[in-house]
Amino acid sequence: MSAMLEVKNIEVAYGKIIAVKDISVTVNNGEIVTLIGSNGAGKSTTLRTISGLIKPKSGEITFNGKRIDGMPGHEIVGMGICHSPEGRRIFPRMTVKENLELGAFLRNDKSAVNADMERVLDLFPRLKERIKQTAGTMSGGEQQMLAVSRALMGDPKLLLLDEPSMGLAPVLVELIFDTIVKIRKQGITILLIEQNATAALEVADRAYVLESGKVKMSGSAKELSADDKVTKAYLGH
Amino acid sequence: MAKAVEAKKFSGTPGQIRQQRVERAGAIAISAIAAVWMLANLIKAPEQFAQVAISGLRNGLIYALIALGYTLVYGIIELINFAHGDLFMLSAVFSSFFITYWMGAEESNGYGWFAFGLCLIAVMIFGAVINVLIERLAYRRLRHAPRLAPLITAVGMSFLLNFVGLKWNGSTPRQWPTVIPSGDINIGEVRISMITVWLFLVGFPLLLALNYLVTNTKQGKAMRATSQDRDASTLMGINVNKTIAFTFALGGAMAGAAGLLYQQSIGTTSYNLGFQLGLIAFTSAVLGGIGNLWGAVVGGLLIGLIQGLNDGLPIAFGQQWSQSVVFTILIIILVFKPAGLLGKAVTEKV
Repeated sequence: MSAMLEVKNIEVAYGKIIAVKDISVTVNNGEIVTLIGSNGAGKSTTLRTISGLIKPKSGEITFNGKRIDGMPGHEIVGMGICHSPEGRRIFPRMTVKENLELGAFLRNDKSAVNADMERVLDLFPRLKERIKQTAGTMSGGEQQMLAVSRALMGDPKLLLLDEPSMGLAPVLVELIFDTIVKIRKQGITILLIEQNATAALEVADRAYVLESGKVKMSGSAKELSADDKVTKAYLGH
Repeated sequence: MAKAVEAKKFSGTPGQIRQQRVERAGAIAISAIAAVWMLANLIKAPEQFAQVAISGLRNGLIYALIALGYTLVYGIIELINFAHGDLFMLSAVFSSFFITYWMGAEESNGYGWFAFGLCLIAVMIFGAVINVLIERLAYRRLRHAPRLAPLITAVGMSFLLNFVGLKWNGSTPRQWPTVIPSGDINIGEVRISMITVWLFLVGFPLLLALNYLVTNTKQGKAMRATSQDRDASTLMGINVNKTIAFTFALGGAMAGAAGLLYQQSIGTTSYNLGFQLGLIAFTSAVLGGIGNLWGAVVGGLLIGLIQGLNDGLPIAFGQQWSQSVVFTILIIILVFKPAGLLGKAVTEKV
């Protein structure tokens, strides 16, 4: 396995507030890697830094061997990193279809885009029923499905998922995690953030535990879910 | 029975239904008053009615072109670009110098048309470039600043352009020759000046082109996405800075075209044009529902029409009451429809 994404010792701050002190994460081709940790540990900030929404103060990020830190966000998408952000951030006054089309904004191969549209609608048949509905009027769960689908429309090599199960009913949480496994089977590498650490560790190959802006532990998902400190702090057993 | 019918017409909580009823009653009352007023005039002087309506709509078209610039910029970064009216003024002065001095065209002939056509392109580029520069130099760095900072910067920018206009045009109004033919077209008893005809022939296609661009092109889709969520747009691969600059360019180009059309139809320029027409155009944008393109057009045409009718009809308040009538109607409409005529209060689930 080769490293697809390498985040090395990044430090990120919002003005004077340091959100990420020193985080290094590696994601290999074909893996599902998860970042777990409590609120304010720096998980979302790490993802936002990878996709170029914030520039790190120091450290480097390489994607398939190419430096991407400092690149503008819209160019990073073009390299194949698609991000389903925290809080869904769908376009509320557009239809489901328009949202999905925007996910494929940079792609010019119309037939491939249409094929991908079919594919994501097969993953989430609920969206197919609501294809013409204004996105902002859908339920939270449906909006979450849309956010994940929209990221998939960009034909990602690496998919960044920020809290895809946030605020969802248990049935939907299960659906989302099943879908994550399906997406990986289609050959897409995934970096996943979850509060629901138990579920995340079940689907992930490897995991990083973050605490106040630093990596506290890392290892295979199996090892970590057996680790005493992790189970006490994050799995609630 | 009656209740069931009502339930179909109005929906929502009891409070919302009451609001909808008030809106409807208000709309009916206003429409009735307007209809009676217009009908009385129509019976008394039908030709005059048609004539003043047309000249009102002609002014309205210019308001609409300027209003689009306010509404486009507000739609995408929620900034009231106070400098926009002054950009229109500078465009009018630019057109005057371009056609009369630089091209030396002073009458309506083949060369005059050539100068007019060339000036239309030049002044649209002029407006676009100035507006993009304003955004780049003054507003971009303030995008994450508290809202008052860009607002007061826009006011400052307005004074700056105003001063440039004062130096360029001079402190007194200037008269210019027009290259549009001066004749009239007669339809029955109604005279329509060639200037009016040409204004619509140039202005209306511009409105349609702009609407097509925003609703049907990829660039337009990027604009609509950026107006809803900038970070999410970046994650789609949209270059947000470029999209915002493009929006300013479009608004500037429309102000440029409006400047030329105004200068050629009225024939006078003065440095404080921007304040007068800018205020009316901004009002048009709000009346139509700010952020909504067709709202700006409808608002502009409506205000032009109201002014025209009020200024020229036998039974009306007359020209000295022009502004008062316009703003009274604005206030009444906003009381019943706070989001403007075509603006929608959008409900979103969180």
